[in-house]
Amino acid sequence: MLTKDRLRLVGRRLVQIAPVILLATFVVFGLQQLVPGDIAATLAGESATDARIAEIRKLYGLDRPFLVQYGSWLWGALHGDLGKSLLSGEVVLDSILRRFPTSLLIVGCALTLSLSIGIPLGILAAVRPGSRIDATVTSVASLGVALPNFWLAMLLVATFALNWNFFPATGAKPLSAGIGPALLHAALPAIALAAGGIAEVARQLRSSLVEVLSSQYVRTLHAKGLSPAAILWKHGLKNVSVNLLTVIGLIFNRLLGATVVIEAVFAIPGIGSMVVHAAIHKDFPVIQGVVLALVLIVISLNLLIDVLYTVLDPRVSQK
Amino acid sequence: MRGVLKWLRRDLRAALSVGFLLLLLGLSLTAPIVAPHSPTNQNVNNTLHEPDAAHPLGTDDLGRDVLSRLIYGAPATLYASFLAVGVAILLGVPVGLLAGFLGGWVDDIISRIIDTLLSFPAIVLAIAVTGALGVGLTNGMIAVGIVFSPQLARLVRAQTLIVKQELYVDAARVFGASLGRILWKHIVPNAIQPVIVQVTLLLAVALLAEASLSFLGLGVQPPQPSWGAMLARAYHYMEIAPEQMYAPGIAILLTALAFNALGESLRVALDPTMKRR
Repeated sequence: MLTKDRLRLVGRRLVQIAPVILLATFVVFGLQQLVPGDIAATLAGESATDARIAEIRKLYGLDRPFLVQYGSWLWGALHGDLGKSLLSGEVVLDSILRRFPTSLLIVGCALTLSLSIGIPLGILAAVRPGSRIDATVTSVASLGVALPNFWLAMLLVATFALNWNFFPATGAKPLSAGIGPALLHAALPAIALAAGGIAEVARQLRSSLVEVLSSQYVRTLHAKGLSPAAILWKHGLKNVSVNLLTVIGLIFNRLLGATVVIEAVFAIPGIGSMVVHAAIHKDFPVIQGVVLALVLIVISLNLLIDVLYTVLDPRVSQK
Repeated sequence: MRGVLKWLRRDLRAALSVGFLLLLLGLSLTAPIVAPHSPTNQNVNNTLHEPDAAHPLGTDDLGRDVLSRLIYGAPATLYASFLAVGVAILLGVPVGLLAGFLGGWVDDIISRIIDTLLSFPAIVLAIAVTGALGVGLTNGMIAVGIVFSPQLARLVRAQTLIVKQELYVDAARVFGASLGRILWKHIVPNAIQPVIVQVTLLLAVALLAEASLSFLGLGVQPPQPSWGAMLARAYHYMEIAPEQMYAPGIAILLTALAFNALGESLRVALDPTMKRR
């Protein structure tokens, strides 16, 4: 599986990713530079005296040049020190680690749903382009893409939680409390998130599969008498698997973002509610910590996908 | 103009979306005349009322007319979508043009920056930028525009790479045309079509982002009406008045559908080689 060429390619990706990570940390820290006017005055509050503002400036090291501030923040972040919340005084890394599993469970369930429903739908539509099934899948997918996910979440809560009591309306349970209760709490948020994911997976898979199935070599395979099922499984899906990986990366990124909004609907104590609260109150250590954690996860996943590309698609490692 | 009419007559989906969006635009411009009530007038004796003749969509938790708030939400929505996409165009298009046309180290650096920015979950970055700029509709949409700009930049860069190979670009260069003139007169008109499609699709994404931000309390501030903010209020009365969330949600859905459908139709209309798949 892993030849020398491929290992070298993976190594090159690792080298390429270093500046991306560095740039990402710069963007994350730079967020606080966007504050209009004097950031110390903003942090000190509206009726703060000049002395208090000066004190705040000194306390957070805001009197130093920007690059020096960035350097010391980065140095801290490298050692797992993301600072403390300006509001609660809680250590940012601790709150992130405590809340992340909740959000990841929802995103994981949503990703599973998106793939396990979206892939069959995409295949169904692509096998007979222009058919009634294709038209139905395509329309449902357009609906799924345009649906505001937090509204869907509200509709789900109103119907399945408040009306019928099938699911809890709010809150979350960790996996340590048992898989059953954890999944029961994660179900509605995951479904609300997955609607867009299913639509996206079905659309992308359909369009790439239609392209493969209408290509010359597939026509040749038909002429050679290979059964349509064999063509689909052996040639069609194998060829779109690389595209599918790209879509997974894209969907994961989007689900990770969307969960932030969904968590508000279900009052879930994940990273979403944390970053929204922090954004409203300009709690920069928390904003920067959460955004950094999210972007690092996305970058790592993209790296993993790149590595999988080289395994799945021999053309990539030959370049 | 005649071409557009002909296209709309042939493409029902495009005609419906354009019709709906024009209706929305009309409502936005005439809201004070069309709306039956003031969107902010409260009536504490008539809260969460069911639809009747005076209030066709009922009243909200403060006794305000839901239909009027819905109508007044239209301009906020259109403003938000177009502002965000406008910011994305202003930032993304020139950057993509320069990266694609100049190539070399400029392209390397810009592409790396685009890659980095695209690694951020868009809505989270928008929330963070809004937090920094200060809560509010305009700031929120500037944030969304900043976050979308790398998507456009990447697309424009890819298009520019294709178009700059063309002979007429070389010819313009040989004739001594300036960089600005080559970009504006030769590259932009020939690279623009996929960008128009993408921009239309982005309008839907921006609309959904506005609704999300307003729902979270980072966008439109009370008492100004917006569909997302209306859903945020409806959320608190979900148990006693679930019907409050239908109208704003459907309005958001339909508008997003219209932008998306228009984008897809434009994709087909602008690309003669595109077969119906």
